[in-house]
Amino acid sequence: MNLSASLRIALRSLRVNKLRSALTMLGIIIGVGAVIAMVAIGAGATARIQSEIASIGSNVIIVLSGSMNRGGVHLGTGAASTLTENDAEAIAAECPSVQAAAPAVRGAGLVVYGNSNWSTSIQGTTPAYLDIREIAIAQGRAFTSHDVDSAAKVAWLGKTVADKLFGGADPVGQVVRIRQVPITVAGVLAAKGQTPTGQDQDDVVLLPISSAKRKVLGVNLANANAVQSIMVQARGPEIMKQAEEETAALLRQRHRLAAGADDDFNIRNMEEVFSAQETSARVMSILLAAIASVSLIVGGIGIMNIMLVSVTERTREIGLRQSMGAKTGDILTQFLVEATTLSVLGGVIGIVLGFAASALVSYLAGWSTRLGPWPVLMAFAFSVIVGVSFGYYPARKAAYLDPIDALRFE
Amino acid sequence: MATIELENVVKRYCMGDVTVTALRGVSLGIAQGEFTAIMGASGSGKSTLMNILGCLDRPSSGIYRLDGERVGELDRDRLAEIRNQKIGFVFQSFNLLARTSALENVELPMLYAGVPAEERRRRAAAALQAVGLAGREHHYPNQLSGGQQQRVAIARSLVNRPRIIMADEPTGALDSATSIEVMAIFQKLNREQGITLVLVTHEPDIAAYADRVLHFRDGRIVQDERVAAPRVAARELSGREEAAA
Repeated sequence: MNLSASLRIALRSLRVNKLRSALTMLGIIIGVGAVIAMVAIGAGATARIQSEIASIGSNVIIVLSGSMNRGGVHLGTGAASTLTENDAEAIAAECPSVQAAAPAVRGAGLVVYGNSNWSTSIQGTTPAYLDIREIAIAQGRAFTSHDVDSAAKVAWLGKTVADKLFGGADPVGQVVRIRQVPITVAGVLAAKGQTPTGQDQDDVVLLPISSAKRKVLGVNLANANAVQSIMVQARGPEIMKQAEEETAALLRQRHRLAAGADDDFNIRNMEEVFSAQETSARVMSILLAAIASVSLIVGGIGIMNIMLVSVTERTREIGLRQSMGAKTGDILTQFLVEATTLSVLGGVIGIVLGFAASALVSYLAGWSTRLGPWPVLMAFAFSVIVGVSFGYYPARKAAYLDPIDALRFE
Repeated sequence: MATIELENVVKRYCMGDVTVTALRGVSLGIAQGEFTAIMGASGSGKSTLMNILGCLDRPSSGIYRLDGERVGELDRDRLAEIRNQKIGFVFQSFNLLARTSALENVELPMLYAGVPAEERRRRAAAALQAVGLAGREHHYPNQLSGGQQQRVAIARSLVNRPRIIMADEPTGALDSATSIEVMAIFQKLNREQGITLVLVTHEPDIAAYADRVLHFRDGRIVQDERVAAPRVAARELSGREEAAA
């Protein structure tokens, strides 16, 4: 007997007990639906973390001015300003794996406009910083190297700062006082949102590094050229490690560190920092999917139960088919196809409901959800496997019935 | 050569710790084209013999040859194949699949013989026509009378062109007028197509249509009787029509 005939018989017998078939499928529907929804939510969370990492800038390495060893005492990161603007230029120019490098100095301070004020982070840097961090300028003019060379008294406000000080008004061209120093607002930065650690990346004022040092934050007396950090961008994600090594080697050479001496700088790969967070999100989604697949197994048991009832109910039919010449394999196939049809139908409906549920979750809770083809295929394959494996025992029981007993069964 | 040959066939059933012997050494030959009735009280072993003849069961000991093949040693699937190819069954309770049209019921044996769909349809329709049910192809069993249902079952039993038809109390659930109609079909199949018929019944009236009657008691054949002048169902039917007219 061929498969299409088996399928017709299976569909007919499922149609006969519509309510029962629907209830049996419900287990699989809920199981598959839950797996799909959970995977979609989990993948959405992972994707959100990835986009936050991307908001820091892609392929970014941060070099922090580093620990000093003074008389055997290790001082922490940033204890000494060992990095300079020249280091940044050298990294950009001499490391082949490096696309760009931007030095930065940072401080905090009060920004005043009219009768509003706002305490924020003040950052002095070069135009390369905007490229590395992928920050766009929403309003006003571009940040150029001329601003750095001339130590122009201009600033670009982060979205949060602009909103706090100006409300809805246009800040471009207005003069604000940053740490009492009057500075002209040259532009407003496009919003970046939060970092993966929850910091507001728009709560910042950007200045040319020269202006920041000389006019606002004050010059490091030991080294006028010193910076706190350098942001380095590698040319591609696959050569991050290489860029890191080249940067370290160059800095060691420039700082004249003897072999065996500790680095006087720290290199942080941002992606490493946040990959842990990504892993935890992934673990969470695997956990949720595992719980959901338990309900898939429960659904499978439901199918097995109903198939056993069905085999008992149709004992006479089985006996009749056997007397007509149905072989063991024919009966086995018939009941397996029936069980698999139940689970596959349930699986397809479950996939559709899972899609709907994840859409509803992202609509109501505002979580981002994401669903690729793989989880859908997996869920489908899983429901086929559930149908075949839980349908096998009842089908086998039917196939090995004694024809005489089956025919006589009341 | 006899198409059915039994040599000292014994059948025992184990029911818990009690062993019941249903057949106590039956030897029998049935020739191709013979119409044999098996009679006996319930528990006489006639149904057991029927099951063995129909390859639904295997003898505990003794030899059963069907067309020269020793059936006792075959496995489940080979027995199923023999039932499919050589034997048609007709049951007392019709055993039609509910919610399945007459045509599809008749197609059933061909499904397991691997006959292509189109040929199945054509042969099933022809078989229904042969038992006088042309035009009822798409009726469901619950839309047919008992006699019509049994005729669908007969059509089903002969659609794979078997050499033997086993009928187990085929008229047991029918009134006497309908019984004659069913017997007329059996006699026609036997006379015109040379199909070997084995009929189990406990009604002497029905056994009287057969050429040969085997009487069973306590698992043995007690009498093997050749009927000199069997009843002819077709003649009785036409006679009844004349009387009605």
